[in-house]
Amino acid sequence: VTELSQGGAIPDLKVTPDRYLTVRYAGASGDFNPIHIDEGFARQVGLPGRILHGLYTMAQVARAQTDAAGGPEKLRRLTVQFRGMGLPEQEITVSGTVREVRDGVAVVDTVAEQGGSQIIRNAEAEVATG
Amino acid sequence: LRAAMPVETKAVGKTYPPHTYAVGREKVREYANAVGETNPVHLDVDAARAAGYADVVAPPMFAVVYSAKSMAPAVLDPEVAINLALMVHGGQEFVWGPPVVAGDEITTTATVKDISERDGKGFYVFETVSTNQDGDTVCTGTWTNIVRGV
Repeated sequence: VTELSQGGAIPDLKVTPDRYLTVRYAGASGDFNPIHIDEGFARQVGLPGRILHGLYTMAQVARAQTDAAGGPEKLRRLTVQFRGMGLPEQEITVSGTVREVRDGVAVVDTVAEQGGSQIIRNAEAEVATG
Repeated sequence: LRAAMPVETKAVGKTYPPHTYAVGREKVREYANAVGETNPVHLDVDAARAAGYADVVAPPMFAVVYSAKSMAPAVLDPEVAINLALMVHGGQEFVWGPPVVAGDEITTTATVKDISERDGKGFYVFETVSTNQDGDTVCTGTWTNIVRGV
């Protein structure tokens, strides 16, 4: 558990989704959009290949908070903007800094980056510190 | 040159029938494994009970699983008129209440919160409110879908 104090950072979360992650996430989430699971379809619609589900990447942003805060119920709110696209087999790094702590709740400004570009930006988490 | 077609806003405020989702222990484990959760409260019943939960705890983002079936008719509603081929998920917010555990029954209602147009893009904002069997609001979701070239 990380002490969440103003100006401090949460530990970076690093994860490399494997080749078949999008298939497992599709099954787990129920989102079978072929852009995530069908290489040929994805290329046909102009993508570089199968892309990650945005909500999978958001789940990594959430996990960075709950790992830092010490439990799932500590995460009270999370808002994100999706940009660009995440890809399998490339490392994602989630990093966050505590903007403020008020009334026992830390506001954590967070981004998820892959290959030098932000795939989630302007993420804001509210995390209970107690 | 084709004139831009304005977005259709008549569906704003429209609410869809609630959907109830029964949270299963193996589904929680499947989801937790897919997103890489290692906290045993999501995976191991004994660990969850030792931590004071009734059963394995759904990770917060499991909200997408129990909300999905209530969102589908809203996004697909001809009155909302989203061009699905040009739609991207632009933003997402969740606000969580008490934790969700296996055995809970979560009822979610979706509403069209806003439809607007900016810089040639259509913004379709939906809200889901999810309550458990005790009437507690466990999650409120705000889903922003963006359609290019409306």
